[in-house]
Amino acid sequence: MSSTDPLLSVRNLAVTFVVRGQPAVRAVDEVSFDIRPGQYVGLVGESGSGKSVSALAVLGLLPSRGVQVSGNVLYRGTDLLTQSDAEMRKLRGREIAMVFQDPMSSLNPVVPVGVQVTEVIRRHEHADKAEARDRAESLLRKVGIPDPGRRLREYPHQLSGGMRQRVLIAIALACSPKLLIADEPTTALDVTIQAQVLEVLRELVADTDAALLLITHDLGVVAGLCDDVNVMYAGRVVESSSRNQLFAAPRHPYTGGLLASIPRLDAPRGAPLHPIPGSPTQTIPWDEGCAFAPRCHHKIDACLGTAPPLEPIGDRDLRCVHPLDAKRPTTAEAGR
Amino acid sequence: MLRFVLRRLALMVPVLIGLSILLFAWVRALPGDPSRALLGERATPEGIERVNAAYGFDKPLIEQYLTYVGALLRGDFGESIQTGRPVLESFTERFPATLELGATALLFAVVLGVPLGYVAARSQGRLLDTSVVSGSLLGVVTPVFFLAILLKLVFADKLHWLPTALRQDPRMDATHITNFYVLDGILTREWDASWDALTHLVLPALALGTIPLAIIVRITRASVSEVLHEDYVRTAEAKGLARGTVSRRHVLRNALLPVVTTIGLQAGLLFSGAVLTETVFAFNGIGQYLFEAIGSRDYPVLQGFIIFIAIVYSLINLLVDVSYGLIDPRVRAA
Amino acid sequence: MTIPLPPSQVVPDGVIGLDADPGVGLWRGAFRRLRRNPSAIIGAVMVAIFVLVAITAPLLTSYAPGSAEWSGQVTPSSVPGPSPEHFLGLDRFGSDMWTQMVYGAQQSLVYGVVSTAIGLTVGASLGALAGGFGSVGGRIGDWVDTAVMRLVDIMLSIPSLLLAVSIAALLGQNSYAVMIAIGAAQVPIFARLLRGSMLSQGKADYVLAADALGIRKTRIVMGHVLPNSIGPTIVQATLNLATAIIEVAALSYLGLGESDPAVAEWGRMLVAAQDRFDAAPRLALLPGAAIAFAALGFTLFGEALREALDPKSRR
Repeated sequence: MSSTDPLLSVRNLAVTFVVRGQPAVRAVDEVSFDIRPGQYVGLVGESGSGKSVSALAVLGLLPSRGVQVSGNVLYRGTDLLTQSDAEMRKLRGREIAMVFQDPMSSLNPVVPVGVQVTEVIRRHEHADKAEARDRAESLLRKVGIPDPGRRLREYPHQLSGGMRQRVLIAIALACSPKLLIADEPTTALDVTIQAQVLEVLRELVADTDAALLLITHDLGVVAGLCDDVNVMYAGRVVESSSRNQLFAAPRHPYTGGLLASIPRLDAPRGAPLHPIPGSPTQTIPWDEGCAFAPRCHHKIDACLGTAPPLEPIGDRDLRCVHPLDAKRPTTAEAGR
Repeated sequence: MLRFVLRRLALMVPVLIGLSILLFAWVRALPGDPSRALLGERATPEGIERVNAAYGFDKPLIEQYLTYVGALLRGDFGESIQTGRPVLESFTERFPATLELGATALLFAVVLGVPLGYVAARSQGRLLDTSVVSGSLLGVVTPVFFLAILLKLVFADKLHWLPTALRQDPRMDATHITNFYVLDGILTREWDASWDALTHLVLPALALGTIPLAIIVRITRASVSEVLHEDYVRTAEAKGLARGTVSRRHVLRNALLPVVTTIGLQAGLLFSGAVLTETVFAFNGIGQYLFEAIGSRDYPVLQGFIIFIAIVYSLINLLVDVSYGLIDPRVRAA
Repeated sequence: MTIPLPPSQVVPDGVIGLDADPGVGLWRGAFRRLRRNPSAIIGAVMVAIFVLVAITAPLLTSYAPGSAEWSGQVTPSSVPGPSPEHFLGLDRFGSDMWTQMVYGAQQSLVYGVVSTAIGLTVGASLGALAGGFGSVGGRIGDWVDTAVMRLVDIMLSIPSLLLAVSIAALLGQNSYAVMIAIGAAQVPIFARLLRGSMLSQGKADYVLAADALGIRKTRIVMGHVLPNSIGPTIVQATLNLATAIIEVAALSYLGLGESDPAVAEWGRMLVAAQDRFDAAPRLALLPGAAIAFAALGFTLFGEALREALDPKSRR
């Protein structure tokens, strides 16, 4: 059933924040990626890389004041950035849904959980109260919440963190959207719960044949779930490739650094860790060259001066004038 | 919930006891004979004897205190030196007036203030917001009696649009059952009496309600501004809900919590303001009564007033706290 | 009757920040923020005008207050307005209005400052006592804490203006009564503030750390906890000054306080102005606006100060 026409096509998305009295901040720039129906795409980067902002821009959830958005966000041919508020409200929750990071603050504390689920059903699919309630109950059951009937009447503070996140997933998938955007869905959860919630996410998305845009800083999560991966740094995509290719042989030094910094279970005890040197604040504007250059061990003179463009190099898209070798024996060595 | 209420009522007791001790001690601390001090310039030998008998000033202190408390518990707050009538009786007779005035003022403040604050929060930084903020600031610092005087002098004395004083035109000869004049008119179907009472309420309520209005506007505005940035509002938007649903169920239901608490806290301001406003408009409530008592140094009335207000005020605070538990499910769990 | 502020700005515990050196950095930063804040500047200017006028009153006018020298010029239907000899005209008793106004400012300032000072010293001492003992803990500590706070609760059992009215009425007809009464009404506010500040800081990490290092508790309190509490206390005092000025006028309006006609007081001027409003509205408008002006100045400045001292300021 999946066609090759992309479901979502983001082209040259740019988001600038303007605060009075301070210089404008380009949080997102020249971001382009596609998502096909049923495809699972990962958007990876550190905090501040612009990944969450990109997702919010897609859904039109950025504040209207102090923010400038440009580019194209084509969803099934329509540019979402040009749609009116009313049209976007019809789309959100029904065609494209989003799950956010912090389950405690993402649920309304004074409204029962059940209402927060049924309201999205009743909004988009003219169901009456009883129908919606039944659907809500079965949704909660599907995400693995025990005794769902009782939970419907409870308030968010009465549920655990993992349960709340399941509720949010249920809410997002209630109307079977074509695309689910999950922004750091497990980051705020206990480690032991993370795997469970991810599993729930994967099951439900597969169940509804939805596409998934998974935003995270955790490469392990990406490895387990995504077909394709886009790596972001300082607001721009720096590497875009299929999951297998990326993990087998990362070509952008930043990606290489990320992979190398993960401690390995099979490394000898006492072996040193390989963090990426420096910090994200050590960056230069993209206009003056590669933003990663100050921290890059692989840089050359050509890296400074102008921004490297994102172009196909070999089997993937890269924004690097001096990428890592196509064939690297082990990812551990990529960090050196 | 019941436990909560009982606990709060229990806490009220030591406070009221403490208050009664202070009041009791004060009378004894006045210079000279307590009875003479109570009567002031009107002291006559018979009067002193009467007061002595009534208050038992010749008996040991503890006994005096217990008698005093015993009387309070029986509802005997003493008698006015001026009129000889029991103080409590005068209070209950006039309290409906103050209640009517306060309720109207509060209604005015809430009905106007909440929407104003909401609208200001949504138009943050723009002209509407700035003017609302400035206006409310001005409202907070303007003394209530100054405002009352201005309103009275302009709209009543000069323009004759509204009555200048009292609760009702005495020529109306209306029947009063509950002493809530507007209600009474409705109950007895004397519509013109009801209307008349209403017109007499307008200016005092406007004056009294201005400060609470300003405060409610400010708090609503601040609260809504904060809530608008909360994650769950973003979730609601991400669900594609209608704008009205987001405003009502997600923004307002949370933003109004602090506002509700504030409304309860306004009770104190309304009492204080009522005393001043009633004085300006000769509005016959307990505020006016207090003013008269101050002027005539009617100490039993003053004492009784303090206890009466303490009880009423504490009960109102209790009601507010209870209501907060009803609205915010998180508090209920605690 | 403190003017309540939005909940986000209510400072129940008075913790400024866990500055290791609470002295220099916080105040200088606050000063800088104040300078950039337009309402702070406006408020400061208004306060300065008020204080200046109040202090230099004898220099601003050659007449004596409440002299009623020109009562001959006042008739039941007219009160002479502004003229070359009388800048703001006469009041209904025949005194010079400008003189009344500037001496009234003096009265308001004195009353306001003294009563706030009373409230501050008594309230802060009580609060520090309760907080200090409370954070130390133990039977005696808790007992002192509870006892003091019960006392405060009693004072809070009736609205503050009414408390002031009651005390003033019971104390007698003079200015001391008014100042003590209004000061007393402010005691609970300061007491709660200090107590909260001390208690919450008693749990602060840096206090625990200092304690673990062996520094004596009293030194911790004097050297760190108290300085951290100064900021919110000053903010509260400024805001309370505004309310005090209004309350002074209110009490005068009710007939309490100074009755000597030689003493000019804005509240009393309002009382007198009522029945001549038709002929001379300025008799009411001037003192009323002056009260609002002074209160506004202190409120603006106090709120700006509070924002400036808050390290969690969003700016």
